[in-house]
Amino acid sequence: MFKALIQGLIITAKHLAPSKITTVQYPTVKLQMSERFRGLHRLVPTQSREKCVACYLCPTVCPAKCITVEADENEKGEKYPRVYQIDLLRCIFCGYCVEACPVEAIEMTSAYELADYKREDFTFTKARLLK
Amino acid sequence: MTPELLSLSNNWPLFLGSMIVKILAVFVVVILMVAYATWLERKLIGHMQTRLGPMRTGWHGLLQPIADGLKLFFKEDIIPSQASKVPFILAPMMILVPAFITMAVVPFGPDLVINNFIIPQQITDLNVGMLYVLAMAGLGIYGIVLAGWASNNKWSLLGGIRSSAQMVSYELAAGLAIVAVFMLSETLSLREIVALQMKPLWGFITFLPNWYIFSQPLAFCLFVVTSLAEINRTPFDMPEAESELVSGFCTEYSSMKYALFFMAEYANMIIISALISTLFLGGWSGPFPGFINILIKTVGFVMFFMWVRATYPRVRYDQLMFMGWKVFLPLALANIVVTGLVVVLLQ
Repeated sequence: MFKALIQGLIITAKHLAPSKITTVQYPTVKLQMSERFRGLHRLVPTQSREKCVACYLCPTVCPAKCITVEADENEKGEKYPRVYQIDLLRCIFCGYCVEACPVEAIEMTSAYELADYKREDFTFTKARLLK
Repeated sequence: MTPELLSLSNNWPLFLGSMIVKILAVFVVVILMVAYATWLERKLIGHMQTRLGPMRTGWHGLLQPIADGLKLFFKEDIIPSQASKVPFILAPMMILVPAFITMAVVPFGPDLVINNFIIPQQITDLNVGMLYVLAMAGLGIYGIVLAGWASNNKWSLLGGIRSSAQMVSYELAAGLAIVAVFMLSETLSLREIVALQMKPLWGFITFLPNWYIFSQPLAFCLFVVTSLAEINRTPFDMPEAESELVSGFCTEYSSMKYALFFMAEYANMIIISALISTLFLGGWSGPFPGFINILIKTVGFVMFFMWVRATYPRVRYDQLMFMGWKVFLPLALANIVVTGLVVVLLQ
């Protein structure tokens, strides 16, 4: 019995070593996110415009129904999204929109610090998503 | 003219002055130690659980105890409508006061000589010192029982009752464990016990002090474990038992009253550590100037108690009773018999 008691004390004493600490001091030290981390969305731009062709596959597949797309035609006769909006308060970050996209126009970044003060600030418009 | 012991009769202004200084010094040191024991515990247990503990308030969280105190001070003080008001308010004080006044008999340094008067570095040298300590330890439990009873809450009541049952079973073993020490020292005065421990070990080993841990290792172990139970520290924190009794006797308490319970718990831990150092490890005697020795020993024991808390789970209630009555009590009695035999044979 005494052996077990002392073994226990030794284990906790060993954990006292500073090298054992697993805490990351979050706001000052940040972890490197995995490449496959699903954070904030980003619309991939080309030279002149966004890659998106407004095919409506992403709002169709979205289980949270958080994507709003309104298609239009530009002066070159190309189909483009006049409105592309994601309501982050509804988004569940499942990544189905990225999977569904036929032209790889939407991707997910590693940004996860998404807190904000107003509800309106969580509506990500095309301009914000293109950044 | 040989110096004489300072008392009220030979120089009352100096006596009163030195008394006030000593009381203030001890009180302030104990309060500070209580505050920083909370910090130390959070740090130590944090590191043992591979966390960091408080880091944000001040350098490595050093201002955390002050922040906690301020927070608790400004919290709303709730008294449940069905609680008995007077005992409810009285209970936290009844725990804290015995915890603090126990410190009065702990010597923390050699005698000072000022104006041909001997001033002992101890608030008061009672000739029944250790008896007083045990009495105060017994009084402290009334606060817990009263808190549990006055709260009108079944968890609190269970905590209070457990605490009193625990106290009854462990006070006996703790008291009997140190009886063996008094058989060797033949005095209950803590000042004289420290003086005796400064002699060479068993009268002839000159490189070791006559600390009672060497002559009474079993009594030392028994007293450490039973004191853990007496001050309700893990693994014997039955009265609080978060996982069973919500928060035990202090479930209904908030604000500064809750803080008083916390302070009492840490004060008890510090005082029991100081007592163990005084009884078994030579008190203030050692290589450094007086009070630094006892400070080191006390903080060492406090850290050991925190280490124990980080390591062991809480014992079950029946295991607690089994250990108290069927293991510690017979061991303490056997220790007394053996010590008595040896003392008689050596005479």
